[in-house]
Amino acid sequence: MNPVRNQLKNKLSANPGISNGVKKKPHVIIFSGYGLNTEDETKAAFEQVGATADIVHINDLIAKPSLLQKAQILVMPGGFSYGDDTGSGKAYGNRLKQHLGKEIEKFLARDTLMIGICNGFQIITTAGFVPGALLTNDSGRYSCRWVDLEVTGESPWLKGIKSLSIPIAHGEGKYYLPPSESTLLSKVGGVALKYVKGETCKHFDLPANPNGSLESIAGVTSHNGRVLGLMPHPERAVRFTQLPHWTYLREGYARDGKELPTEGPGLQIFRNAVNYFI
Amino acid sequence: MANRIAVSSKVQDARAESLLRNLKALFPQSALEGASYVHAYTIDTELEAKELQSVALRLTHPVAETYSTDTVPAPGDYAYVIEVGYLPGVTDNVGHTARQTIEDCLGRNLGDGGVYSSYFLFLSGAISEEEAHKMARELHNPLIERATVYARGAEFKVVVPRVELHEHTTTDEVSLDVDDVELTRIGKEGVRNADGTRRGPLSLSLKQLKVIRDYFSSGGGSASGGQKQKRNPTDIELESLAQAWSEHCKHTIFADPLDEVKEGIYRRYIKGATEKIRKAKGKKDFCVSVFKDNSGAIAFDDKYLITHKVETHNSPSGLDPFGGSVTAIVGVNRDCLGFGLGAKPIANVYGFCVADPNDTTELFRDAKKTQPLLPARRILEGVVHGVNAGGNQSGIPTPLGFIAVDASYRGKPLVFGGTVGLIPRKNKGRKLYEKKAKAGDYIVMLGGRVGLDGIHGATFSSESLSGGSPATAVQIGDPITQKKLSDMLIREARDKGLYSSITDDGAGGLSGSVGEMARESGGALVDLEKVPLKYPGLAPWQIWLSESQERMTLAVPKAKWAAFKKICDRHDVEVTRIGEFTKSRRCVIRHNGNVISDIPLNFLHDGRPIEVQMSKKPEVSREDQTPAKLPLKEAVLAMLSGPNVGSISFVSQQYDHEVQGSSVTKPLQGRGRVNADAGVIQPLSDSPRGVVLSHGYAPWYSALDTYAMAAASIDTAVRNAIAAGASRDYLAILDNFCWSSSEKPERLYELKQAGKACYDIATAYGTPFISGKDSMYNDFRGFTADGKPTHIAALPTLLVSAIGVIPDVAKAMTVDFKRVGDLVYVVGETNDELGASEYGGAGAVPVVDAKKNAKAYDAVSYAIRQGLVASAIGIGRGGLAVALAKSAIAGQLGSRVNLNMLAAGAKSPEAILFSESQGRFVISVRRSVQKEFEGLFKGVVLTNIGEVVQDASVSIVLPGAEVELPLATLTESYRSFFSSWGGFASGGKHW
Repeated sequence: MNPVRNQLKNKLSANPGISNGVKKKPHVIIFSGYGLNTEDETKAAFEQVGATADIVHINDLIAKPSLLQKAQILVMPGGFSYGDDTGSGKAYGNRLKQHLGKEIEKFLARDTLMIGICNGFQIITTAGFVPGALLTNDSGRYSCRWVDLEVTGESPWLKGIKSLSIPIAHGEGKYYLPPSESTLLSKVGGVALKYVKGETCKHFDLPANPNGSLESIAGVTSHNGRVLGLMPHPERAVRFTQLPHWTYLREGYARDGKELPTEGPGLQIFRNAVNYFI
Repeated sequence: MANRIAVSSKVQDARAESLLRNLKALFPQSALEGASYVHAYTIDTELEAKELQSVALRLTHPVAETYSTDTVPAPGDYAYVIEVGYLPGVTDNVGHTARQTIEDCLGRNLGDGGVYSSYFLFLSGAISEEEAHKMARELHNPLIERATVYARGAEFKVVVPRVELHEHTTTDEVSLDVDDVELTRIGKEGVRNADGTRRGPLSLSLKQLKVIRDYFSSGGGSASGGQKQKRNPTDIELESLAQAWSEHCKHTIFADPLDEVKEGIYRRYIKGATEKIRKAKGKKDFCVSVFKDNSGAIAFDDKYLITHKVETHNSPSGLDPFGGSVTAIVGVNRDCLGFGLGAKPIANVYGFCVADPNDTTELFRDAKKTQPLLPARRILEGVVHGVNAGGNQSGIPTPLGFIAVDASYRGKPLVFGGTVGLIPRKNKGRKLYEKKAKAGDYIVMLGGRVGLDGIHGATFSSESLSGGSPATAVQIGDPITQKKLSDMLIREARDKGLYSSITDDGAGGLSGSVGEMARESGGALVDLEKVPLKYPGLAPWQIWLSESQERMTLAVPKAKWAAFKKICDRHDVEVTRIGEFTKSRRCVIRHNGNVISDIPLNFLHDGRPIEVQMSKKPEVSREDQTPAKLPLKEAVLAMLSGPNVGSISFVSQQYDHEVQGSSVTKPLQGRGRVNADAGVIQPLSDSPRGVVLSHGYAPWYSALDTYAMAAASIDTAVRNAIAAGASRDYLAILDNFCWSSSEKPERLYELKQAGKACYDIATAYGTPFISGKDSMYNDFRGFTADGKPTHIAALPTLLVSAIGVIPDVAKAMTVDFKRVGDLVYVVGETNDELGASEYGGAGAVPVVDAKKNAKAYDAVSYAIRQGLVASAIGIGRGGLAVALAKSAIAGQLGSRVNLNMLAAGAKSPEAILFSESQGRFVISVRRSVQKEFEGLFKGVVLTNIGEVVQDASVSIVLPGAEVELPLATLTESYRSFFSSWGGFASGGKHW
């Protein structure tokens, strides 16, 4: 083993952007603070596909908004900001809009990407970056399970994906848009993801729409698809052994004498985001 | 003047619908038709009209909600409206968040002006006033909440639940120079106030009080500069000693001599087992920090440790199930954050031992019947909801838990909460699993503020639940305040080396945490007036003892203070210097400059007189329940339809088990979604290593034999872990004892027997105890509906939690049958052991043959790791029949088995199907590896009983009998008990 070469290799993999003169791999800023809680796994998912990612407290961004200039991707991750106390995403969304609204508009004026996952989706709807509202599930209860999604809109995040199965975990995930604003979706954004009865629902005999969402909407976009908000969690579905029925599937591979896959279906969303900048 | 903002939904509101569903189910006779919900925020400060409008906008979702600032908008057709809000001083998380939103919006601090949340539920239909009041009772818990019923047209008063204390806030001397009668009263009922009332139990015995009296009268407690001075103790000194010496903190029953066990049960049987095992393991010992910190820790790999701790929060959960259980879970999270210099919580586990929720027997805490116990159903609803709020909001996955039902839990529920943590072994050369406060370090309080919450919690849990139980013993956790604290510690402050020690403010509040940390440095000096309060008017002893949640105490070197404070500010976490660690060998407390408490550390921690305990074998062992002789098929279905065996999916699905992306095997397994008794997580995204968690409990066996109970609890936890892919050589266990009336020699005898079993079985399996806890007074003393005194004692219960490490999560195992044609095996011997079984048979309780079982467990572990096993389930409550049914339901596949060939003592069909003999599994295996699989079981009883089939039933051939169990019926029965448990859980956070 050549130690110098090894060092160089480490350096390259730590800064993937400087390899081979191709376009730089993107830098990701993941919001944190006040009860957001899925920053670590979201960071891990981005890093798995070659991006660099920082978890930054919203107060640090308010103190120094110029940090946003160094990023190509913004993530409002999942969690329980302010405990959903006055309504999911409301307190954090208002804080975001009040202190960073203009900076994020500026960020989006560049050719950048943004994603709001679960509580992050609730936050960016409250702050007005994507249309709609997320209401209490029809069951009246928090629900953690896997869902099947069909891609119904154009978005760099969803390029090449027709359908995928990933988990949800929320109490207020019922997508709603008043009839008066339904044209808004076609104007500023689009329906990107819908709950359908696919592999997971069939396997576990579960209903497709887990929360009573309007027209089974699970995710919407704005800014020509560059901003994606969705209730399900792609970052919790990046490995095969995260699937809810992987031990069942394993038996099939064992009998066919095949190796187990390693990747989960959610990873492609992160890979798409990185590839957008390469 | 207070302002009120009312926010209501513009669209269909699932909250209101879910409340309506619940009320209709509870009052099927009423003419209730509709319900609508309005949220109210009462702001106790002057606001300009413009300010009020902009604040209201912030509290209103632009798309889905609308607001009003001058009225609570009522729907046209309502008959009554119920307003529910908190009582003064009760943690109001919604109000707290609203306050932050308002302050952010206005750009100024509201100061003393509080913000309070409440909700209005408008009810329509021809309901009577009496019904409306009954419904109000269902919607609130009078210990923590207020409910007001307004008839149509009545004005809705603005209620401001401001705390106004008019107590005196000085420190009093307490004379112990009184007769034994008064001294005993001081111990049981507390220090006497000037007006003759008492401050609540110190739980100090006469003997202990005499030791304290003698100590002070001989000049032990000094007044100035450590000089000896004969004097009376102050109230705060007495309260501190009561906390430090309490059963809850010192575990006196486990620590003190019992019969011939001079070193006490804990040292001989629990710690003794661990020491023996660690010695035997030699280089393979994986224990790193056991029994000395807030959690126990074992090696995960060469860079990380994993920690585990399980706690109970029983008495408060009986009074306020929601608040009690949310506190249980966020409290044990702090045992993780308080391990070493701070471990990151990576999994929560739970266990609820409750009475049958359909049991409607009324019980009262007082003879006048003014203090009813909450109904069994509401206790379960509340505790389920509390762990939901605590765990989900903290972003910690909950992969595992259970509900156990027995009538003996009607008086006090047992609420178990556990937290697994992950911590790097080292950072920049510093061992993160060790800590030591140094003299000169600041004493720093981090997190929430101090109120009257939970005062006397530690001494209260050393007493039984009765009419005199203090209402202030109830705290409600605030998970978000704690999450902010956790983020700033684990993400930043820990790895920057900014503090030298940390511990949780749990039982006894600051008195506990500062008292413990003072031992590290050798002393402490506290200026109590610096402690930030929720509201004015607390006496010094109350500040010192308060168990207000979300607080931790740290030792911060002076040179690091500025950097530490800066991180706290950025994360919006309140932090205060309240004193300094010293090496004076004393714990000294000042209030506005005056010394109010000065106790040498050795007396505080080791001055407690040792109690010599004597046990006595109970003359008549508790009566076993009469066997229910149902036909075989009906018996299987009845067990599946019961709460001890049936699905608790309504809990599993509402607890986030996917957060952190670490889930490997789910709490609900297979197509049929069957609750597993073990879960596997992958803590690091870049390492395939996994952590296996499991539980074992068998309280029912205590009715006959507590040795057998404890042995079976350990065996079950180990077996469940093995079935999920763990192996004995990398498995540790935790013990949680919940006993009752523990001062009685008979109960102590039972405790000793259980302790012996712990030693015997743990050493036989080589599974060390790494942490444990006990709760010794799970008694209820109160009154029945006809006014008769009653005593309900919880069955002696031992929860054993196992934690193991596996090298590769891809080898983890689940309980569901996978494919048609797979062979089905029973591992282990089935004996005639129906005593205290779920089937209800008389006879012997299961005996654990650990030597034999160990061999079987090793064979199963090896087979799973070799990839030869398709499914595995430990045979537990309900016996072989239930295990077979669960694997079939989970896989939604039938099976055809013949149990005539089953080895060992069980001969009757009942014994074969329902005996709860330990050490057994049902395993399915693909045919192509049959030989290889069977070859691993030399010297272990392995019986091929049949195969997995596509047929829609489980068919069982028995000696002289055959049973055909249709899969659809099995599935329906399994899901039946809690099938209606949807929607809103009353009590606690109003959404």
